[in-house]
Amino acid sequence: MMASSYNAKEEDGHHHPGSVGSGGPGGVKSKKPDNTAFKQQRLPAWQPILTAGTVLPAFFMIGLIFIPIGIGLFVTSNNIKEFEIDYTGVDMSSPCFNCSQNYSWNSTSSCSCSVPFTLDQAFESNVFMYYGLSNFYQNHRRYVKSRDDSQLNGDKSSLLNPSKECEPYRTSDKKQIAPCGAIANSLFNDTLELFYIHPNGSRFAINLVKTGIAWWTDKHVKFRNPAGGDGNLSIVFQDTSKPVNWRKPVYELDPNDPDNNGFINEDLIVWMRTAALPTFRKLYRIIQKKKDNMTPTLPPGDYILEVTYSILTINVTPDYPVRSFDGRKRVILSTISWMGGKNPFLGIAYITVGSVCFFLGVVLLFIHHKYGNRNNNADIPN
Amino acid sequence: MHIYKPEQEPAVRSLGPENLLLKGATLKNTKKIYGVSVYTGMETKMALNYQGKSQKRSAVEKSINAFLCVYLCILISKAVVCTTLKYVWQSKEGQDEPWYNQKTQKEKDTFMYLKMFTDFLSFMVLFNFIIPVSMYVTVEMQKFFGSFFIKWDNDFFDPEIKEGALVNTSDLNEELGQVEYVFTDKTGTLTQNNMEFIECCIDGFQYRQRDVRSELDGFTVTDGPVHKLQPKAGVEKEELFLRALCLCHTVQVKEAGSEETLGDRLDGMLPKPEEERGFIASSPDEVALVKGAMKYGFTFLGLENKKMKIRNRQNDIEEYSLLHVLNFDPVRRRMSVIVQTRSGETLLFCKGADSSIFPRVRPEEVDRIRLHVERNATEGYRTLCVAYKQLTAEEYMVAETGLQDARLALQDREEKLMAMYNQLETGMSLIGATAVEDRLQEEAAETMEALQGAGMKIWVLTGDKMETAKSTCYACRLFQRGTELLELTVRTLEDGRSKREERLLELLRDYHKRAVQDAPPVRTGVVTRSWCGSQEYGFIIDGATLTLVMNPPRDADASLYRSLFLQICQNCTTVLCCRMAPLQKAQIVKMVKNSKGSPITLSIGDGANDVSMILEAHVGIGIKGKEGRQAVRNSDYAIPKLKHLKKLLLAHGHLYYVRIAHLVQYFFYKNLCFILPQFLYQFFCGYSQQPLYDAAYLTMYNICFTSLPILAYSLLEQHICIEILLDNATLYREIAKNAMLRWRPFLYWTLLGIFQGLMFFFGVRFLFSNPALQDNGQVFGNWSYGTIVFTVLVFTVTLKLALDTRHWTWLNHSAIWGSLAFYVFFSFFWGGIIWPFLKQQRLYFVFANMLSSVSAWLVIIILILLSLLPEILLMVLRKPRGPLSRQKKPGQSNVGGIPSSQSSARPLLMRTFSDESNTVILTDGCCHTSLLQASEGALLTGAVGWDHQSSLTSADLHPLRFNKTQQRFQLESHDSKSHKTAPSRHFLL
Repeated sequence: MMASSYNAKEEDGHHHPGSVGSGGPGGVKSKKPDNTAFKQQRLPAWQPILTAGTVLPAFFMIGLIFIPIGIGLFVTSNNIKEFEIDYTGVDMSSPCFNCSQNYSWNSTSSCSCSVPFTLDQAFESNVFMYYGLSNFYQNHRRYVKSRDDSQLNGDKSSLLNPSKECEPYRTSDKKQIAPCGAIANSLFNDTLELFYIHPNGSRFAINLVKTGIAWWTDKHVKFRNPAGGDGNLSIVFQDTSKPVNWRKPVYELDPNDPDNNGFINEDLIVWMRTAALPTFRKLYRIIQKKKDNMTPTLPPGDYILEVTYSILTINVTPDYPVRSFDGRKRVILSTISWMGGKNPFLGIAYITVGSVCFFLGVVLLFIHHKYGNRNNNADIPN
Repeated sequence: MHIYKPEQEPAVRSLGPENLLLKGATLKNTKKIYGVSVYTGMETKMALNYQGKSQKRSAVEKSINAFLCVYLCILISKAVVCTTLKYVWQSKEGQDEPWYNQKTQKEKDTFMYLKMFTDFLSFMVLFNFIIPVSMYVTVEMQKFFGSFFIKWDNDFFDPEIKEGALVNTSDLNEELGQVEYVFTDKTGTLTQNNMEFIECCIDGFQYRQRDVRSELDGFTVTDGPVHKLQPKAGVEKEELFLRALCLCHTVQVKEAGSEETLGDRLDGMLPKPEEERGFIASSPDEVALVKGAMKYGFTFLGLENKKMKIRNRQNDIEEYSLLHVLNFDPVRRRMSVIVQTRSGETLLFCKGADSSIFPRVRPEEVDRIRLHVERNATEGYRTLCVAYKQLTAEEYMVAETGLQDARLALQDREEKLMAMYNQLETGMSLIGATAVEDRLQEEAAETMEALQGAGMKIWVLTGDKMETAKSTCYACRLFQRGTELLELTVRTLEDGRSKREERLLELLRDYHKRAVQDAPPVRTGVVTRSWCGSQEYGFIIDGATLTLVMNPPRDADASLYRSLFLQICQNCTTVLCCRMAPLQKAQIVKMVKNSKGSPITLSIGDGANDVSMILEAHVGIGIKGKEGRQAVRNSDYAIPKLKHLKKLLLAHGHLYYVRIAHLVQYFFYKNLCFILPQFLYQFFCGYSQQPLYDAAYLTMYNICFTSLPILAYSLLEQHICIEILLDNATLYREIAKNAMLRWRPFLYWTLLGIFQGLMFFFGVRFLFSNPALQDNGQVFGNWSYGTIVFTVLVFTVTLKLALDTRHWTWLNHSAIWGSLAFYVFFSFFWGGIIWPFLKQQRLYFVFANMLSSVSAWLVIIILILLSLLPEILLMVLRKPRGPLSRQKKPGQSNVGGIPSSQSSARPLLMRTFSDESNTVILTDGCCHTSLLQASEGALLTGAVGWDHQSSLTSADLHPLRFNKTQQRFQLESHDSKSHKTAPSRHFLL
């Protein structure tokens, strides 16, 4: 047994170029390893040492940088004006209570409710109008995967043969659903309108811009209407069925604006970007600032939010029910800063971390000063 | 044996162990021989000493497995928690199947428990990344590439044999940093097995060669004999002594060119001057003696037709017919030859250990020589005494017949021969003594001291006699002046006159009391040897006693004996085990290996007799010595010299261990903080197994984004630079006992991973309480969430590694910054294109949009910083550990600067005996092997080629050694061709 392993290794040895048996006739060639820095593990190296001496300035620096940033963030966030209206209609007293009930309305009449609210402060600059849903699991796995991106990208074959992932929202009435899947099917379809009540009692509808709410790349690249039909989407989509819960087919989402119709309807696109958390908000409309720059976009005063519940086709259920799963519906009016919407978290975090670093710096300085003198010399980085 | 030839009387010859042809023998001087197989089967020496080569696994791998179990538990509990919570959550009205998220018919139909099970499995799949599968690949790569650094190391290159270190396995690199017990062979490992004739003493006068020692270990033979002897003793005595040296041996002359078996290889070599002859003997001592005689003018020319030829000082050839060789054996500890001069005188020359010669010579001669012998012995030389006796014709006739009878005896042949020898070797007159030095390996003492400084316990396992071994131990500074020796040998056992077993127990208890109970309680691994207050103990045991300890007569005592023995040994800095059979060496190693705490053992040896011990130990090191390649082939690592062990363990081993330990911990850590956010996300997505990260990120995380930096780290890191590691052996203790892979550091890393995972997830969670993060009011979705977490994650774990890196080579830089750059590049690329083969374009422009948001930037920065903050703090608050601070540490066991030389360590010493170093004789026990071992001993010193017809050389016994000699010889001759002008020649043996 030993002998066999012996031979094997002998042969092995001969594979190496330059490996010569210690006594072989050609044994002049040296097997001396190359004297390169890499092979000798002597590569030039930078050997930093983190000591109190080197880290101290860094801590102070972090403190000095972070605290102002944090304060800036905090102030910015505080300056953002945000107003939230819950129109779920849980309470009997709330104006939308009736509409949110199953039995209170029949399929023939639409249901709408008006929620009055008062803004104490003026909203300057562009005001963004979000709708918010709570306890709505857009990030549920079954939900997230229930879509067909190639269909949404205008792929003809996917249009007529959507992905299996769309089940059970893939076909209806023996026709393929476009857009298929649970996400599209549950498109948020409450219609929200905003009215300003002038102190003199008159009611002004506020112009809500419905474009510019989706990511540019989504709108222009990721979502595309299928080609053909000479721009007439109803022809393109003629062999498909509308999603079960929808009131109208996809090509009627915004009949007035061909650039916002079909798959490239921005409401649809926004909805299709599934939210990260079960409580989320999505951009609904933008209220653009007034041209004159003199009056605020939304002056303080009384407003009315008009919610129109859309009608479901056959099923006599309210269109966008959230109470079955303890959900909430909100409308949020918010201004935006360079850091996005109102969120004090970042500011607080920066201030905290900055102060902690500064504090640690002081403590370290103290320790360093008191105990570090003995091995001061050791702190010199190489 | 009767040999029948036509027309001849049958001659009767004896067949003894010396006729045994052992494994691997090479034929010489003849084309073929006839052989009879004596025995085959499981009781041959080879089979008995063979040990199955088992897979060696390093302690690190065992730690990995333990950690893996923990992580497996974490994985399973995560999956169980999620599954349970999922069904709890679903039980609430409207949660399981809200109107917007209906199940398919198939899902609805699925049986409830099956669904639970599949849910459990889905969670397992979702969290499986916590098990670092890629770690195994990385560990293997690290080991494989890492082992090249040993092969490449120039410091391991030995210019003599023109070879560097050899790595036979890459699995055990890190084990080199964990060694607690070193088992070393003596001959050829601690010593060079290269005897040198130092001085002799003729008739009470000292003769010492005062020429400079040549570079090589042989003698430089200059033209003509050296006349440096002061004629102190009478010329007659002098010549008698030198003749005795020339005749009383079993050395063979190997003249260059005359080797037919070498054949073509030697063709074309220049005819060599006569002086350039090699001597072959099983015992290097004998060669040294013959060479020594040559130096003083008497050259042994060889044996032809039973005639020994000697050229004397007058350049005359003297011829002696060799009548008998009275073989060496370790009991007599001497050997003799009976020769007849031309004038018809019959002379008996005898050489042997002083203790065996002195009683057999006239007492008045002894005193003059005893002084020299003892002084030489104290200096660490192997001494031999030479005596002679003139035999009358009648005496010779008696001896002749007696010997012949004894040799032919079928029963008790050994005893009869012995009696005959004893009878012959009496009444001799002492002519002188010799001192031969078995030189220590280069830097043997320094190496041993460094290893001891590193907290390793050194066991010398040798087949040698106790005295010889002890002297070597002193010379290697394994035993020092202050070391208290605890002896447990046949001799001490017999002192008490009580039964051996009782005496053994008594001694064991006594030693145990002294070494274990009375010693201050010290924790292994933290013991500082240089803390001089405590008494150091050395322990000596021999093979026979060891057999008694291991297999006591009553089974009941076995564990008691063993545990006493082990405890004593564990408290001794050095243990010397002499007279070990090869398998006994392995037994010892096994015993220590399996003792409490399962310490890591390392065996180092150079000969075939060390193979079993090399195989048994956790790490086997072979020395590319003179005893063939057997040890090298069976070892895990082979180094040319003993001194290389120091760097192998202290530098390479240390670094490998630190690297791999860090690698392992880092892998577990990075996978934990990778998967923890995904786990936490389940609480926010209805336990629906929604992955937080995109599939590409999940796959690429371990493969592309975080693998290279740690690989570079684990190959190049030198947290302390090599020179300092070598200078401060105590640094080795810091990583002893698997220090970096114990539960404490594991817990630290795990907590760090959990902390960071929580940071990543909840930091982004709070940010996403308002998902409108862009300055145009647009909102981010779940993939943006995952991407932000993932970006923070990749940067944090990479920067964490950067913080740990102490040795930034350009490779580290490129790996770390390259990985990060690659991540950014990949993310852009992956999100920049509508991939036709993807069902969902989840990440389309997600990364780019993320980068367009100031808030995302700010949260990424602060989360990275916050995650690393505790690490930085700890690093600062801990003792500074830099290369420079190391230097300032008082080098307790600074062994670098001590000048290395054999003379510096010439300690007090017991008596040494020049006898065959490889002799292994067991006085009892090991009955199977005793015959063969005895034969080995006999063969080694005796009967080399006096029977020329049989044409067997002593090399039968150590074929590999012989082969090696041949090879070296050729190599040198080859060299000599290219340096024709070289005035002096080296004798290589």
